[in-house]
Amino acid sequence: MSYSVTDPSPLSRWIAGVTVVLYAMITLLPLLWIIATGFKSPEDSIAYPPKVIFEPSLEGYVNLFTTRTRISEEEQATPPPAETWYERIAREQGQSIAGPSRYGERFVNSVIIGFGSTFLCMVLGTAAAYAFSRFRVPLRDDLMFFILSTRMMPPIAVAIPIFLMFRQLGLNDTHLGMILLYTAVNLSLSVWLLKGFIDEIPVEYEEAALIDGYTRFQAFTKVVLPQAATGIASTAIFCLIFAWNEYAFAVLLTSGTAQTAPPFIPTIIGVGGKDWPAVAAGATIFLVPVMVFTILLRKHLLRGITFGAVRK
Amino acid sequence: MAQIKIEHLRKDFGAFTAVQSSTFTVEDGEFFMLLGPSGCGKTTTLRMMAGLELPSSGRVYIDGEEVGQKPASQRDIAFVFQMFALYPHMNVRRNIAYPLISQGMKRAQVRERVAEVARILGIEAMLDKPVGGLSGGDRQRVALGRAIVREPKAFFMDEPLGALDAEFRERMSEELRALHDRMGATTVYVTHDQLEAMQMGDKIVVMNHGVVEQFGVPQDIYDWPATMFVADFIGAPPMNMLRGHGMLGAGADHVMLGDARLAMPALREGVAGDFALGVRPEHVRLSDSGALRGEVLATEYLGTTQIVTLRTAFGEVKARIASDRRVAMHETAGLDLDARTLSVFDTATGRALRSSANEGVLSHG
Repeated sequence: MSYSVTDPSPLSRWIAGVTVVLYAMITLLPLLWIIATGFKSPEDSIAYPPKVIFEPSLEGYVNLFTTRTRISEEEQATPPPAETWYERIAREQGQSIAGPSRYGERFVNSVIIGFGSTFLCMVLGTAAAYAFSRFRVPLRDDLMFFILSTRMMPPIAVAIPIFLMFRQLGLNDTHLGMILLYTAVNLSLSVWLLKGFIDEIPVEYEEAALIDGYTRFQAFTKVVLPQAATGIASTAIFCLIFAWNEYAFAVLLTSGTAQTAPPFIPTIIGVGGKDWPAVAAGATIFLVPVMVFTILLRKHLLRGITFGAVRK
Repeated sequence: MAQIKIEHLRKDFGAFTAVQSSTFTVEDGEFFMLLGPSGCGKTTTLRMMAGLELPSSGRVYIDGEEVGQKPASQRDIAFVFQMFALYPHMNVRRNIAYPLISQGMKRAQVRERVAEVARILGIEAMLDKPVGGLSGGDRQRVALGRAIVREPKAFFMDEPLGALDAEFRERMSEELRALHDRMGATTVYVTHDQLEAMQMGDKIVVMNHGVVEQFGVPQDIYDWPATMFVADFIGAPPMNMLRGHGMLGAGADHVMLGDARLAMPALREGVAGDFALGVRPEHVRLSDSGALRGEVLATEYLGTTQIVTLRTAFGEVKARIASDRRVAMHETAGLDLDARTLSVFDTATGRALRSSANEGVLSHG
């Protein structure tokens, strides 16, 4: 194989630059629109033609996190003084804050279930991938295929059986149930990805550690794990993104205590008229954890994507 | 330091037998070479001695203790890998210190030992560098450092110079040998390069297809190969084989090839059927009076000597002669073979027949 060693010409650099910017605009525009909508007033959010310049308002966020009641006529005449900034925003709409909404809880559920299942997936996935990579596991190829085959069915096809099983086991609408479910679904992907990464780590490193007086488990934790960090990080991102965004299982298997944010956000629409700014605010906040997680691990992610492409 | 003994060591991978019943002894302080073509089982043998592979059957003794089924971590040995296998996430200092850390040695003492080893190997300046940026030779030195720092019972090296370029190999092989002479540590070294084995080894084991073909000092193996495989594998160009047929009785001290009567060391055992007369190229002389005749096919100039290839009625013969002798292509020349150096092989079994000259070598091999 041969590679061009000359620098790209100014023209091709320019074309590449424009392409990247255009692509970024196409992918980022919906995101920006959602973030902007979160800060609009309900009138601005449905204005036609759409408003690009608008007066920012925190109404969406206040509505997202609170439940409110309409203030009666006589109360309006002699209102008790608004004590907080969010109370004031509610008053401007002729409402008074009755209490917190459930968005906070749902968001925390998403964090617990998303990160919990990702963590479990990484622990089990790394161990399984290591075994598949290093030992003569009987029927290895068949097992690897079988593991992958669990991904072949669409979630909706297995949702009902899982619902019935969960009901029998008392796992319906529990954090544990959702963590187990997302772990099971993601495990196949993580075993496959991680096996690829561990295959690339020469077995001599572990043998050197064995010779140097370490046990196999120490060799695994001290030599293999640090080198698999890239693979583990990028696999963790994939798992988290799936668990975080998952909708079908969440909507069918959770309703109260363990409901995650994705099935909850659309229900905001129904509370007192189409409150698009509140929906947008919910979506915006929902984006933050995955974004932060991905940015923290982005160096690994990039290396993960190109892993094995370049022989050192 | 220790003597290493292996007895009837065998390794099967499923239906494939990598090593069949190897037996040999590495004496204390020896630089011992395991030599053979790729796939001959030499690396598997080494890995079984080190404990990276468990033998299917047989015994391994290190320092008198049977360790065949013990894991590597309990054998107190060091291993140098072909690709060095330095821990990529650690710097040079940590790589060398790592075996000591596993023993729970005190930090100050570890520092001291690492510094000492670095001084021996001349790598003090790079102790705090990451291993990724080092050249091949420096990586090799670090790998050696990691091996010697613990003062193990024995060193095992799996083609440690295989990943270096030719120029560097030369230097590292000298360094390795000097290091060994200084430390006097028992070393088992795997290579497929017969020249390397001859240069560096105190003793050589030649393996082929999982079988030990011969075991001895380099000179004996070169002069008196036990099998046709060894005769062919050792030496460049290899030993010439003149094919003959007939009956040779015990006590025979010459052989007839066509009309040529060739003297040889008296045989101690006979052969009936196909045999081969083996002679090293440097023991073939061109002379007009030689009974054996051959036609010159090619000459290779090698500085002080030249290799002349001749076609005889009994096979091709290469002769190593002084390069000032003029040889014309297609000239017919007489060949004189040095009678004291000849070996006779039974072609059917590939084994050398015992003679008055080689019986001392073959009896212990």
